[in-house]
Amino acid sequence: MSRPAAIVVAGPGTNRDTDTVLALDLAGAEPSVVLAAELTARPELLDGARIVVVAGGFSYGDALGAGRMLALDLTAADGGRLGDRLRSFVASGRPVAGICNGFQVLTSTGLLPGALGHNIQGRFDCRWVELSPEPDSRCIWTQHLDDDVHCPIAHGEGRYVHPDPDSLAAAGQVALRYRSRNPNGSIADIAGVCDETGVVLGLMPHPENHVLARQHPRHRHDPTTTRTLGLRLFEAAVRHVK
Amino acid sequence: MASDHRPGSRSISRYTVRSRDVDPRAEAIRAGAATLGLALHGAVDIADVVFVEGDLDDDQRSRLGTVLADPLLQVGSWDVPVSVAGEGPHVEITLHPGVTDGAADAVLHAGAQLGVDVRAAATGRRIGFPAGTSDGAADVLLRRLIANPIIEHWATGRADPDLHPGGTNDVPVELIAVRDLDETALARLGAERSLALDPEELLAIRRHFTDEGREPTDVELETLAQTWSEHCAHKTFRAAITVRTSDGDDVEIAPLIDQLRAATDAVAAPFVRSAFVGNAGIVSFCDGTTIALKAETHNHPSAVEPFGGANTGVGGVIRDVMGAAHRPIACTDVLCFGPPDLPIADLPDGALHPRRIRDGVIDGVADYGNKIGLPTVAGAVIYDPGFTTNPLVFCGCVGVAEDRPLPTGPFAGDRVVVLGGRTGRDGIRGATFSSTTMDATTGAVAGASVQIGDPVTEKLLIDVLDGADELWTAITDCGAGGLSSAIGEMAEHTGADVELTAAPLKYPGLAPWEIWLSEAQERMVVAVPPTRLAELRTRCIRHGVELADLGTFTGDGRLVVRHDGEPVLDLDTRFLHDGRPKRQMMAEVAVPDRTPGSRTVVDPAATLLALLGHRDIASKAATIHRYDHEIGGGTVVRPLVGVASDGPGDGVVLADPRDSHGIAIGIGVNPWYGLHDPEAMAHAVIDEAIRNVVAVGADPERVALLDNFSWGDPRRPSTLGDLVAAVRGCRDAALAFGAPFVSGKDSLNNEYTGADGHRHAVPPTLVITAVAHVPDVGRCVTAELTAAGNVLFQIGPSAPAFAGSHLDMVLATSTVLDGASDRSAGAAPQPDPGAPQRYVRLHRAIRDGLVQGCHDISEGGLAVALAELCIAGRLGADIDTLPHDDPATALFAESTGRLVAEVAPADVERFVLTVGDVVRLGTVTAEPVLRLPGVAAIPVADLATAFLRGDV
Repeated sequence: MSRPAAIVVAGPGTNRDTDTVLALDLAGAEPSVVLAAELTARPELLDGARIVVVAGGFSYGDALGAGRMLALDLTAADGGRLGDRLRSFVASGRPVAGICNGFQVLTSTGLLPGALGHNIQGRFDCRWVELSPEPDSRCIWTQHLDDDVHCPIAHGEGRYVHPDPDSLAAAGQVALRYRSRNPNGSIADIAGVCDETGVVLGLMPHPENHVLARQHPRHRHDPTTTRTLGLRLFEAAVRHVK
Repeated sequence: MASDHRPGSRSISRYTVRSRDVDPRAEAIRAGAATLGLALHGAVDIADVVFVEGDLDDDQRSRLGTVLADPLLQVGSWDVPVSVAGEGPHVEITLHPGVTDGAADAVLHAGAQLGVDVRAAATGRRIGFPAGTSDGAADVLLRRLIANPIIEHWATGRADPDLHPGGTNDVPVELIAVRDLDETALARLGAERSLALDPEELLAIRRHFTDEGREPTDVELETLAQTWSEHCAHKTFRAAITVRTSDGDDVEIAPLIDQLRAATDAVAAPFVRSAFVGNAGIVSFCDGTTIALKAETHNHPSAVEPFGGANTGVGGVIRDVMGAAHRPIACTDVLCFGPPDLPIADLPDGALHPRRIRDGVIDGVADYGNKIGLPTVAGAVIYDPGFTTNPLVFCGCVGVAEDRPLPTGPFAGDRVVVLGGRTGRDGIRGATFSSTTMDATTGAVAGASVQIGDPVTEKLLIDVLDGADELWTAITDCGAGGLSSAIGEMAEHTGADVELTAAPLKYPGLAPWEIWLSEAQERMVVAVPPTRLAELRTRCIRHGVELADLGTFTGDGRLVVRHDGEPVLDLDTRFLHDGRPKRQMMAEVAVPDRTPGSRTVVDPAATLLALLGHRDIASKAATIHRYDHEIGGGTVVRPLVGVASDGPGDGVVLADPRDSHGIAIGIGVNPWYGLHDPEAMAHAVIDEAIRNVVAVGADPERVALLDNFSWGDPRRPSTLGDLVAAVRGCRDAALAFGAPFVSGKDSLNNEYTGADGHRHAVPPTLVITAVAHVPDVGRCVTAELTAAGNVLFQIGPSAPAFAGSHLDMVLATSTVLDGASDRSAGAAPQPDPGAPQRYVRLHRAIRDGLVQGCHDISEGGLAVALAELCIAGRLGADIDTLPHDDPATALFAESTGRLVAEVAPADVERFVLTVGDVVRLGTVTAEPVLRLPGVAAIPVADLATAFLRGDV
């Protein structure tokens, strides 16, 4: 079967674009990095893609709030033409994900509910976390996961904020929760959420940094860690568009 | 707010943003105030303020406001805040005009995207102190904790930032009369202009311009001062040194840099591609790939502005790797601070508190590495009173490239092209600043020496340069000395003719010498053949990187710098680079005590717990978690290891996710040995760095080394003597291990003259970075116990070396551990001639899969190494045999060349045959208790508590 084209969106300061490319590649997609400025200039680039991932990093150096400037580029620029294309991309059922800074971008664009505030401990934090997929979620990226996802976080503004997390869960929009340790004070341990349709996922942790067994810190001592690959999220998106 | 529409007037609106939840910065201020002995009675109010110039109507304000404040997180207001009676002092802090303000740039960008006419912007912070805070207390907090007078200023009530810094463009070039000056007048000129030149150097300059029949311009004089600075020219390492022996004889020795180079030549390692030339050392451990490695210091800037100093230290060393035409892949940092619990009363005048420096430096390292997207993987944090006024910040970077011929330009006719950030009045005279000692007034006058980093711009530079090798013939970074040193070095063999007005400026009003010498960050200089310029320009436009074509590499051997066409500098490049007279220096080398020492340890269990909690040995997890060590997905062995990822690792291992091989990085540093025996210290830290990489599975026969010396003023013969001894140790160790130095850097003059008139020098500090080949990352091991029943071995013999040991530190400071009345220094850890071959055999055992866990024995000795293995694995150890008859030596001595290995019972025979030279210590137990002979059993939970609680 052919490999579905995937766009990894990067802005000035995005830095996990190559990690995301590796993940999509291993998952069976055909990824390419497209800069936000190129998308603004040529919104039709979106039409050729089946999957879009807004990669992590520090777009615009987090100036004025993480993700906000890149969100502005993706929506407001050029009278909002690109924003319209992005919304119709989603409406056509094609998967979109925002990881870390990409999650912050997608909440700022309004494609995802809630917002990301400063970690409760007030500091950037990098550590491995365990994520349990929400069984009732409508999220196409996480729906069929049988096991937890283990992967690192690396953020300073990852505290998920939402006025009504229960209704979000009831709507099937909570995709992933932190298990055992909530690293940033996110409400209701929420690590990842999806939109009402389930095709747009946002999450703070980095599944793209656990796409090979050997990337898990305990892989040498615990063979069951191979069941916790973050790669499965990307594979689910590829399956969805095939 | 009423707008003023008079012609030429400026309408400034202000938007205040407050966090809905508790702002973590408010809690940081409260906690920081407590450490300064100032209790705040109530909450601190903190808000961000955005100043916008432009005629904004309500609709435009509303649209801009939605970007500036997220309604779920923040409350924003265009109202002008007013002070309310009964509240504490309110203060607004803004950046000095011209200091890089990324948030202000973002406001302009947002305005453009939203169609809101923002003409200029600035940002700041508004701090409201709780009621009852005196103005005096607020002022102390602002100066010492919250703001930094070097880059910021504040106003009570409301700030009124200058949105249009700079002045007239018409700044003349000065001629400096030197030809008629006598030596006294020359010295005065040098002091007035902070040239940091030796008397002989000033005489050489006078002679040169007398011969030329003219006076130098300010641009020429400043350029010579930068190029000839200790920082750029390494005068001490290239000096002719006379060593006065203990017998009173004078012996000439080879320049220190030549000794290190000779060691590298003698090792003749086939994997070295480039050593001691260019911006970084280059090695190749496997076909098709080369690796660039470099470590730098940023000590003086970090002392006066910890965040910015460390931040730009990281940025600078990353550019060094880019300047060696490699793509950066990882960073390292070694940080040395004064005691974080130093009483305020003991803080020298004008110095920042060590805790403030520590927090700012760690923030700065984390900010740059995290934002540019490089894993910060290896490092160390150590504390000593000797670093109180002179913190040391060592930043390292490793890069990779496809193996290809190195560029050989520039060639006559190539363009002189600057890429990246704009030039401003930041960081002027940094090279000369870092080449002088500091005193109580340094912080106040060195403001211009501090740079503020912009990691996003540097990330874009990496992207522009990655894969663009064919577009340029030479490359270097703009570091100390700015364009003067970058273009000056590139033009050494060709000459160049450049026009300063072609350099994009952050703001107008810079004098020609300021443009030429500015150390504004994130700039690279490339030599570009005219035919490739258009293509490079296209790449730059795609990535949003500014390109400036300043002129031509000429081929006539003269460096000509113009301002509006008028020459402001016209120097023979031979005089610039070779005209400096060689420095003559005198060294006195002390004879160290190398007799075996002995110690009595009354309560070894309590001593072990004290060692684990000692701030040098205790967990550094709080710091390590601040750094992204996962990005890139190539971190195979992390800085923290074990079942709970809280055990201290040895080396780290990086491998491209698709490669089976990789590199290990190990660090060695121990200034305390340096106080007793600098020669042995050098050997010991090289041993430690190599031991660290061997412990995780690297090949000890494929190790490259970086040396970074941070020392006091070398014009003091005893200080230079320590340096001479350390270089001797380096040379001998490199030869013994067959490990070549490929790059190094020295930072001298790390001294501070206190208001008391006393000199405070750093202890002799040598940081060694080892980068080694890991043939099979699938065979890597970590510093943890893995299974009950496995057998523990010590590899290598113990020796009674205690001088500079952490045992001495805890015995000296503890009241409960008293009884060590026989404590006398004796020897610091000495070289172990058996170590190199031992490491080769251990590596064979690791490659053969015979080792389950491995940890080096260093600070705190075997007892600490065993405890750390237990903590990481949350398993116990039952030790029945000690490797030395004397328990203090066996448990706590820090002799070199030793490791602990965990071996499965079935592999014991093969392991012993392979490695030899081992002592069987005991076994791993499921019961989490550490049992040592003659020592009360200690639960692993207690070990972990002591270790983790010491993370200060």
